[in-house]
Amino acid sequence: MNIIDSSSELLIGTFEKAMPYEWSVGIYGSRFFQEIRQNRRFIGIRCPKCGRVYAPPRRLCGPCFEELSELVPLSDTGILVAYTIVNYPFQDPNTGKQRPIPYTYGYIKLDGADSIFSHIINELNPSRIKVGMRVKAIFKDENDMEGNIQDIKYFEPVD
Amino acid sequence: MEHIAIVGLAQTKFERRKRDKTYYDLVYEVAKAALEDSGLTLSDVDNVVTVSNDFLDGRTISSMAVGEAAGGSDKNISTVEGDGSFGALYGAMRVLSGFRASLIVVHSKGSEGNMRYVTNAMFDPIYHRPLGIESIAASALQANAYMQKYGLSEEDFALISVKNHGNALHNPYAHLPMTITVDEVMRSQKLADPLKLLDCSPISDGAAAIIIADKSTALKSAKKPVWIKGIGHCCEDYFLGDRDLASSKALYAAALKAYEMAHITDPLKEIDVAEVYDAFSYMEPLWLEGLGLCPSGRGVELTRRGFTAMDGDLPVNPSGGVLSAHAILVAGLVRIIECALQLRGEGGDRQVDGARRALAHGVNGPCGQSHCVWILEKD
Amino acid sequence: MAKRVAIVGIGQTHHRSHRPDVNGRELIYEAVTRALEDCELSIRDIDAIVIGNMDHFESINCVDTWSVEGSGAFMKPIMKINTGGTTGTSVAIAAYYHVAAGLFERVLAIGWEKNSESDTTGAIITCSDPVWDRFSYSGAIPSLATEATGYLKRSGATQEDAARVAVRDRTHALNNPYAHLRKPITVQDVMQSPMLAYPIKLLDVCPRSDGACAVVFAAEEAAQKIARKSAWIAAASVRHSLTWFADVDFDGGLLSLQRASREAYMKAGIKSPADDIDVAELYLPYSYAGLKWIEDLGFCPVGKAPEFIWSGATDMGGKIPMNPSGGVISTNCIGATGLLRVAEAALQVMGKAGDRQVPDAVNAMATGFGGCFWSDVIILSSRKPS
Repeated sequence: MNIIDSSSELLIGTFEKAMPYEWSVGIYGSRFFQEIRQNRRFIGIRCPKCGRVYAPPRRLCGPCFEELSELVPLSDTGILVAYTIVNYPFQDPNTGKQRPIPYTYGYIKLDGADSIFSHIINELNPSRIKVGMRVKAIFKDENDMEGNIQDIKYFEPVD
Repeated sequence: MEHIAIVGLAQTKFERRKRDKTYYDLVYEVAKAALEDSGLTLSDVDNVVTVSNDFLDGRTISSMAVGEAAGGSDKNISTVEGDGSFGALYGAMRVLSGFRASLIVVHSKGSEGNMRYVTNAMFDPIYHRPLGIESIAASALQANAYMQKYGLSEEDFALISVKNHGNALHNPYAHLPMTITVDEVMRSQKLADPLKLLDCSPISDGAAAIIIADKSTALKSAKKPVWIKGIGHCCEDYFLGDRDLASSKALYAAALKAYEMAHITDPLKEIDVAEVYDAFSYMEPLWLEGLGLCPSGRGVELTRRGFTAMDGDLPVNPSGGVLSAHAILVAGLVRIIECALQLRGEGGDRQVDGARRALAHGVNGPCGQSHCVWILEKD
Repeated sequence: MAKRVAIVGIGQTHHRSHRPDVNGRELIYEAVTRALEDCELSIRDIDAIVIGNMDHFESINCVDTWSVEGSGAFMKPIMKINTGGTTGTSVAIAAYYHVAAGLFERVLAIGWEKNSESDTTGAIITCSDPVWDRFSYSGAIPSLATEATGYLKRSGATQEDAARVAVRDRTHALNNPYAHLRKPITVQDVMQSPMLAYPIKLLDVCPRSDGACAVVFAAEEAAQKIARKSAWIAAASVRHSLTWFADVDFDGGLLSLQRASREAYMKAGIKSPADDIDVAELYLPYSYAGLKWIEDLGFCPVGKAPEFIWSGATDMGGKIPMNPSGGVISTNCIGATGLLRVAEAALQVMGKAGDRQVPDAVNAMATGFGGCFWSDVIILSSRKPS
């Protein structure tokens, strides 16, 4: 009797289970979300050695390996430095369901910061999106805020 | 093997949940502390090895979270996914290959994921995972096999829990320092026969780091170097049913390699203190047998006779062991750190007097499938 | 001091989109046996094993201990290396250090992935930070697309320029019996393929493959007994510089590749890459990388990549053939992909690359890419390092 013969079938084992996690946001990240809820604006943090301002604030400046503490209030606007319009379907691991497409995924340099912030841009027409254009954050109502990245609904082009 | 040494070390306090710290925070804190401990600066360190696990962190490429926090911004850096003792071995290899100093950092936060799912994922997805097996159930199978083969009892194992939790009273980093009795162990909640709550390690949050350096860098560090004399690692079969769970041939092979490199011919006499990976009470005697420190089946006698107690001939797990603090992946590196502390004479209230040569041990995979053994020596 | 190390044997599977006939261990076994046959060794001759893949693709925790039957790790030392897309090259580098340290004589490096078993996009999304990035991040393609939009604006390069890179790699794959995609394409085909995430179209980007690769590294004395001509490791450099996608400088080059390659060139004595290197197996997951990153590597001046590509300099028979194997655009089994670059570069230097051989190749380069715009660079040579 041979392993491979006309009656051979190839079976597939499936696994579809949610794996739950609870990640600590940490002191620096938590402050960022607090500022959004209280003052509807962003904050960054400055490195005393190289002067770079990071938003959202983080504990270290990687290249300087220096611990940071000087918070810098920023506004709610910035410049779009890169973007793409995502156009293929995929399952969002956060929800287990397909993420609605198309959507515009962008990298924004917040005014006053040197690092880049990623989020959704509320514009789907590629002729109306340009690298270098000004964008503004649109936040949720304070009562609906949950202390996560979705407290920012999206960024919108500013005419 | 060329002369390489541990010159810096640091560990966090191990506890149930570090709510306010991210992985990045923990890694930075121990990296910074290890550098301070060594008296070296980040520019003396020319390569970094991080150790993490994607399932534990809930993040594919878990190393991405901690690269810059480990000082890896503009350095050669890599990541081992496995126990910290294996990561440290890779760091040692890199120093032997010409780097001046390797910084090895390990982190885990068991509190952020579901350990049942995470350890269930180690088992074969087709044949075993759907049965719900995870590390406690699997270890219970091993404990049973071990008891059956040699006629051991749950009370035999309880003695190890009593010893180790008691030792932890002198370890400020330990998660569960406790004064308990055999009776209390026997009455603790049964999780998976024969394992009861007090036979099992907790799951802790924490991180640890060491710096391994070549001879010239070691000689300029602030502390007395702890020389690495031998390292061996080895892995056996995967399916639990293919293995003789009551013995550990892979550990024996790893230990022999480490002993050979360190020129040890009589480990029981030549080793002064040992830190072994006792994730469960029964594991300590089982690993002592695998290390060739006593004949098969006689591991528990070493405990009964007080041979492995703090005032015995070969104290085992003066830190309290993994039973007292278990940040997954980190615990293997902590065994190395605790041995280094002993050899430096920095063991505080848990110091074993006159310790000159120590053995540290880490484990990968279910029921100790893969082992890494280190022999360290005082200057 | 580091011992001299050479690659003496390589093996790989015939990469396909789907291998339902094997489970992961069996797939690994195919590559391992081929590597051992290639250098006429048995598994008993192997002293240690290093393995890598991306966990969440097959959802297997502790792959090193799981792999034993397939990887040959029974009663052997084994460890797992995991650095995302750079895993394959990181595994090669780890195997190199196992031998260079003087601890092992013959070490087996294994990279593998069964992409068909996973929801690749979902798994890659989980590489992003769960608090900050995961909400908007949609996988590798869009993050590469953001790099591409920056490059197009800055350089004036066109989508057709990038398409020419894809056409080159896919044409080269016709000479490689192991490659996954082996149908030729034209620039027009690329331009007409569906837009996935502007400006990346379907034919600009790599496929998902099931495949495995195994490479045997040996210490000097052992290497001389095993292989008639070995591929010596002249340099290995890594820069996994960034922790946050937010730190990528879209106005600049690929920082990690610039730094890693500079260090590797110095270690290997390479003064002018386009002249001193005979063949390059570059980890280019998408076509635009074939423009931007060859400037970062110093193969041509900044802004001159399109010209360099269209001139045929990187085609077979050109000044510096790139990706004779077909590269990542023709085959992408992620955990193996970086190792395949090293394996293919080794085959070139060893003179065993068959129809895809670059004649008289002495120095070859292999690169790895992945994670947060990380890079690994390895230089191999038929000349023993001094």
